[in-house]
Amino acid sequence: MTTTDVNTNLKTQEYLINMGPQHPAAHGVLRLILTVDGEIIHKVDPDLGYIHRSIEKMCERDTYKQIVHLTDRLDYLSSHINNEAVCLAVENALGIEVPDRVKYIRTIMAELTRLASHQLWWGVMGMDIGALTAFMYAFRDREMINDIMEETVGARLTMNYNIPGGLMFDIHPGFQKKVKDFIKHFRKALPEYNTLLSDNIIFKKRLQGIGYISKEDAIAYGVSGPSARGSGISCDVRKIHPYSAYDKVEFNEILIEGGDSYDRYMVRMKEMEESMNIIDQLIDNIPEGDFQVKTPALIKLPKGEYYQKVETARGELGVFIISDGKKSPYRFKFRSPGFSNLSILDKISRGHKIADLVAIMSSLDFVIPDIDR
Amino acid sequence: MTRTELQSFLTSKVEGLEFGEETTQYLTVTVPREKLRDFMFLLKDTEELAFDYMFSLTAVDWFPKYLGVVYHLESTKYRHILVVHVNTGNREDDISVDTVSDIYPTAHFHEREAYDLMGIVFEGHSDLRRLFLTDDWVGHPLRKDYVDEANMIVK
Amino acid sequence: MYDFSKMTGAIHEWLSSLMPSILVTTIEWVLIGVVFLALFAILGLVLVILERKIAGFFQFRLGPNRVGPYGMFQTVADTVKLLLKELVSTNKVDKFLYNVAPFFVIIAPLMIMAVIPYGFGLTAYDINVGLLFVMAVSSIGVVGILLAGWSSNNKYSLIGAMRSGAVIISYELSMGLSALLAIVLLAGSLNLNDIVMSQQAGWWLFRGHIPAIIAFVIYIITGTAETNRVPFDLTEAESELGAGYHAEYSGIKFAFFFLSEFVNMFIISALAVTIFLGGWLPFHIPGWEGFNNSMNYIPGPVWFFLKTGVIIFLLMWFRWTFPRLRIDQILTLEWKYLLPISLLNLVLMAFVVMMGWVF
Repeated sequence: MTTTDVNTNLKTQEYLINMGPQHPAAHGVLRLILTVDGEIIHKVDPDLGYIHRSIEKMCERDTYKQIVHLTDRLDYLSSHINNEAVCLAVENALGIEVPDRVKYIRTIMAELTRLASHQLWWGVMGMDIGALTAFMYAFRDREMINDIMEETVGARLTMNYNIPGGLMFDIHPGFQKKVKDFIKHFRKALPEYNTLLSDNIIFKKRLQGIGYISKEDAIAYGVSGPSARGSGISCDVRKIHPYSAYDKVEFNEILIEGGDSYDRYMVRMKEMEESMNIIDQLIDNIPEGDFQVKTPALIKLPKGEYYQKVETARGELGVFIISDGKKSPYRFKFRSPGFSNLSILDKISRGHKIADLVAIMSSLDFVIPDIDR
Repeated sequence: MTRTELQSFLTSKVEGLEFGEETTQYLTVTVPREKLRDFMFLLKDTEELAFDYMFSLTAVDWFPKYLGVVYHLESTKYRHILVVHVNTGNREDDISVDTVSDIYPTAHFHEREAYDLMGIVFEGHSDLRRLFLTDDWVGHPLRKDYVDEANMIVK
Repeated sequence: MYDFSKMTGAIHEWLSSLMPSILVTTIEWVLIGVVFLALFAILGLVLVILERKIAGFFQFRLGPNRVGPYGMFQTVADTVKLLLKELVSTNKVDKFLYNVAPFFVIIAPLMIMAVIPYGFGLTAYDINVGLLFVMAVSSIGVVGILLAGWSSNNKYSLIGAMRSGAVIISYELSMGLSALLAIVLLAGSLNLNDIVMSQQAGWWLFRGHIPAIIAFVIYIITGTAETNRVPFDLTEAESELGAGYHAEYSGIKFAFFFLSEFVNMFIISALAVTIFLGGWLPFHIPGWEGFNNSMNYIPGPVWFFLKTGVIIFLLMWFRWTFPRLRIDQILTLEWKYLLPISLLNLVLMAFVVMMGWVF
């Protein structure tokens, strides 16, 4: 028997699929125009703007103190870190040195936000791959963080805790105990996460070898955050350009060399442990002192350009301010991690199947308002 | 490389660069429009510079003179940062800049965003379409003289 | 062991004494039809509430708890809602195929239910090729799914339907050819009642030892695939295709698809029980006379539904634990692993039967 008589030149026709703007895997209003042949993806063309709110244009109208509150709505899962980015940029521009207490609390809050964000991502990742129970596990634990936030900040998702010059209020008296309780609980819960998903053979097979990002590509496409560290690139802003209290704590930057979806997944899982380590080091050592410094009622930045990088749960958030000395910035640019991460989606998902695209999108952890701004 | 080393190195390689003031956060350099691509190739390919990571591309409207693009570059090897400014010609009719999307693929999306919201035309860009707005949108919202009476609250 | 054929026989004689035989046949048909439709509906209601309660159990939730005690009437309320809902359909659907598809999907499980023995003498349609009938009729369901996806005029539905077709057609091979045939070799009959009766000395799962256990595992895997449940739910694939082949259906037409999924699950479990776990036969432990005698007092249908419940719980456990496979992984699993294994298993079983190595 020979195999030569099999006709391999069968003509198939490409067709278009609109994935989104209303699609369960997009976690928001992301529209991808897919060119597919059967189930194999030939091209992914993102069409953005379904939740664009022109935050950059609104910033040119508002004062610096008002702008902080807009940034909650960028990447709503890292809202605290977004606030921090603007505050740090303004503080650095004005030359304000905030008290250590502020730095410590900001760092703890940022790490709690990162934990909450990674938990949600983990649950949604499970759901995208088809394991519905993961979502509930994640929300069980995320609820505790939200409660902590609610008690101290007053909000559960859009924090508005940072203001230029410090914090809005001091921490709640029960804050430290609650955080420690949470850490104790979550150290036990995290192995459960691994049992449920990370070690599951189906889950591994679905992610391993899917959506490979090489080291060179990751840098060239500006991929940042856990997605880039899954390709073995050291890009943690907390290590490279430390801000707040990150220079006072010991933590590892998680680097995995592989570059496929499973490696990106594992980076985030291990990052959760590191976040807990950071909180552990800080929570008992919050120094006494003021929780804000006096700033003028109407902040006017000196003429010039200011750039501040921070590490959100999704990667490197940049805040670029061009000031002309007035009460509002001349140009305010957010360099959002999701936007750059999205640009590589087309390259890495070609040749994979529709189901893989969902897995890749999950492993890159998109938050659509972060992309659309 | 430190800031001063970087400045002297770049001065020795390329003519016509304008460096920003000493007080700026990062070393800032303004490149003539026609030299942009050569300059970017130099930054990326020179062994001592190795600016391989473009982390931000911002379009700015320097009203009423010209439009500009600000590139933030970092070297993942040496961790030095350089800010490159480039300006278009007349704001009304000469608004093109050469693309860098083949040098830094991340610029592909950022340039589409800049084209969409600021109207800068990137010469040589492979797929310059609107990214956020609909294809038939009139005007570029981030420009200082953009008016939309229905949707904008002006203070 | 109570023979239910005495009861049905008595009804038949009573009816025959009252009216001519043709009328008796008609009335009996209607009676059986009503009983099975009622069973069908009740199964749907019970299984849905069960699924939701079990999902809640696996996910630290309570599940439905508002309508009735412990939320037991939630599915009744849902059914009323689905019945009253407007039937919306997209523009340019193929009207005839679009409307006929839900019936294909619902008829297949209803027909299979007729041949399943629920107790001693309690089978609606006792034919000598019962197992063959089951395999043949269960393929009709996939026609309905294909039609639904094809006629909906929606690419997502079409992808879901094509996936479903590919999966069901390939998994039917392992299921019928090998997993079930292995037991037919042991029992020596295709009649489901005979297969049950042949297990009086012990269930085939235990008596057939190694090849029977392999066959059982393969059967559960293929059965899960046949019912399009997690980890093989890629035809619906919430996160990929929205809802897959039934994305464009609403109201009672959607309920048909929804119901058929659950009744299919029941049928897969019922077949597993009939073939591997002794059907309605009580649980016996060799040597424990007193225990065995007391077990005999529990009626057959109770045993049947109890055992079926265990398998259903297993399938639900899968659903709330596993992630979803990809289409090529599913087909690889079937064609490269399950089919060769089950064919080899069939040979092994034949050898076992030939040598008489059955307990």
